[in-house]
Amino acid sequence: MAYEKVNELNLKDTELRLGLPGTEEEVKQEQEVSCVRSNKRQFDEETRDEQESMPPTKTQIVGWPPVRSYRKNNNSVSYVKVSMDGAPYLRKIDLKTYKNYPELLKALENMFKFTIGEYSEREGYKGSGFVPTYEDKDGDWMLVGDVPWDMFSSSCKRLRIMKGSEAPALDSSL
Amino acid sequence: MGLPLPSKVLEHILSFIDSNEDRNSVSLVCKSWFDTERRTRKRVFVGNCYSVSPVTVSRRFPKMRSLTLKGKPHFADYNLVPDGWGGYAWPWIEVLAKKNPLLEEIRLKRMVITDECLEMIAASFKEFKALVLVSCEGFTTDGIAAIAATCRNLEVLELRECIVEDLGGDWLSYFPESLTSLVSLDFSCLDSEVKLSDLERLVSRSPNLKSLKLNRAVTLEGLESLLRRAPQLTDLGTGSFSAEFEPEMFSKLSKAFAECKQLKSLSGLWDVIPEYLPALYSVCPGLTSLNLSYATVRMPDLVGILRRCWKLQKLWVMDLIEDKGLQTVAMRCKDLRELRVFPSEPDLDDVSVALTEEGLVTVSRSCRKLESILYFCVQFTNAALVTISRYRPNIKCFRLCVIEPFAPDHITREPLDEGFRAIVEGCKDLRRLSVSGLLTDKAFEYIGKHAKKVRMLSIAFAGDSDLMLHHLLSGCEGLKKLEIRDCPFGDSALLEHAAKLETMRSLWMSSCFVSFGACKVLSQKLPKLNVEVIDEMYPPESRPENSPVERIYIYRTLAGPRLDMPEFVWTIHKNPEVGVSNLAIK
Repeated sequence: MAYEKVNELNLKDTELRLGLPGTEEEVKQEQEVSCVRSNKRQFDEETRDEQESMPPTKTQIVGWPPVRSYRKNNNSVSYVKVSMDGAPYLRKIDLKTYKNYPELLKALENMFKFTIGEYSEREGYKGSGFVPTYEDKDGDWMLVGDVPWDMFSSSCKRLRIMKGSEAPALDSSL
Repeated sequence: MGLPLPSKVLEHILSFIDSNEDRNSVSLVCKSWFDTERRTRKRVFVGNCYSVSPVTVSRRFPKMRSLTLKGKPHFADYNLVPDGWGGYAWPWIEVLAKKNPLLEEIRLKRMVITDECLEMIAASFKEFKALVLVSCEGFTTDGIAAIAATCRNLEVLELRECIVEDLGGDWLSYFPESLTSLVSLDFSCLDSEVKLSDLERLVSRSPNLKSLKLNRAVTLEGLESLLRRAPQLTDLGTGSFSAEFEPEMFSKLSKAFAECKQLKSLSGLWDVIPEYLPALYSVCPGLTSLNLSYATVRMPDLVGILRRCWKLQKLWVMDLIEDKGLQTVAMRCKDLRELRVFPSEPDLDDVSVALTEEGLVTVSRSCRKLESILYFCVQFTNAALVTISRYRPNIKCFRLCVIEPFAPDHITREPLDEGFRAIVEGCKDLRRLSVSGLLTDKAFEYIGKHAKKVRMLSIAFAGDSDLMLHHLLSGCEGLKKLEIRDCPFGDSALLEHAAKLETMRSLWMSSCFVSFGACKVLSQKLPKLNVEVIDEMYPPESRPENSPVERIYIYRTLAGPRLDMPEFVWTIHKNPEVGVSNLAIK
């Protein structure tokens, strides 16, 4: 339980973190709120409409809904949305139906009619310009294939197949 | 005139009284009854491990054979209590090992227990029979191995939803060949694979084994093999129930289940593949308890099972059952007493809308014995609550979680005040209540006035002002545990009704507007309470008196201030010189 300011230094400045360069860290910090006093009257008619048209920033309230973390960790309904840059609509797949990465990647290739390059731990995916990425439980975007399959399948919330120019940024941040 | 009742006679009479509530009443009659009662009490229950010292309990009940202890407050389940807060088993085990060596059973809930503790249990209690740990943490599989290896008469070993540092599956192999007394084994919360052959042999030499709950790592083949060796089971937790479908495996499994003619309770079913569900059909008509809350299968598959479970009394399921599936439950499970519906997407987005208030209304209408409800849902209406209360005045436990905070009646856009009014007015035997959705102070006026028997009340994101707390603390005659988060009340109601807190076991408040100053006043006024201020961000002493604190946990205690408080927990006893500065003590 370290206090955030030690000797007036804001330790957040020197914190190491994984993530895509240019992502906004500050937004994520505000998202974990332990109280929503300010949201109290959000159900007036006008404000309701405002809420619905706002971009979907997820506000994660600590401990809500009141589901035991044991249950949360064991309960993942494993349908995840899959998007591919340039494709007109999203697809959904059930991660449970695949046992490992090769099966998953093959299914994605079939679904979107493309080829993923060769994966290597050092360099990520090379060869086709398509890079499979996923958003994990913490909201971070990760490269598919880095962690063991079980860890991936239980923490993956959605998949995104990035294309061409955006993809290299992911490789170079590692 | 009137000879006193000989204590032997009284002892004999008391031997027929098991309920601790009754025994507590007996002990209040007079000194000699108190004394006789305490010398004969075998099963001791301590609802808050900090409310009394281990030495006091040990001394009072010398013939204690079973001790149940609860540690952290309930909201710890939802990560609202920081790690390191407390709830340690060690001080209790240490005393009991010395003073009550004939202890046979220890049951702990939300406590921290170390391997050292477990080793001490194994070494100290020669007649030890039962260890049940619920939502506990702090130990590894090595500690479990010590219990397995040493307790020669072990009957019960249950680890329910514990956080265990899993060092591998070897622990199971520590059960000696000579151990044949097992009645119940639950290792469902462990990750590592145990050696199947060791488990098979253990099961084979345990003729009294009635309850077996496997962990996820046990395969379908393993399950089938174990079932063949234990057809007498009444309570089964399957492993993962998942594999590529093979007709031969399916028929073997079906046969094995068909032999389990006494199976009453079924759980586990993680990762279940729908194609294997029909293997369960033969046991369905006998089931009284079914936990499908980890089975991520869709409604049609759930219905396939549930329509066959006509004796079901307890059903736990996910919202994947949808309103339609609950219609089947309403039609077929006429004996239903308890229903829990959990959310499948607990992170607030993408929530399934095929489960609405209608599902619960349908079940409430048709299942006359339904008395315990836990229901997670995206929406609700006052009308639905009124209907439920009309059909089911026998409800004892009603916990509704409308997932969106402040959500009003989705049709009328009104608060859910009137709906909960109907619940507390209509269900006169209500013992436990959790409210949610948009609620004004009015809702709490109704609850305060009518919820006379409610012992435990949980509130979140509700109310408008101090009035809400005033209503609750001046009413709710039977209230023992109150937990509140994110509600906009301040100090005044709390201070006005401070005396009520001595009639309750505990009060939890987090993210409300109670000030540090008020906490200090309470502490001064009511020395029989521990007023704990829990604040991870700033040391409470560094804050101004009128600033609201993060979390407060207040509980009555005979043991005085606790000595194991971490840095982020403050009570007045920590810095007595800080005390009350310029606030008047009434």
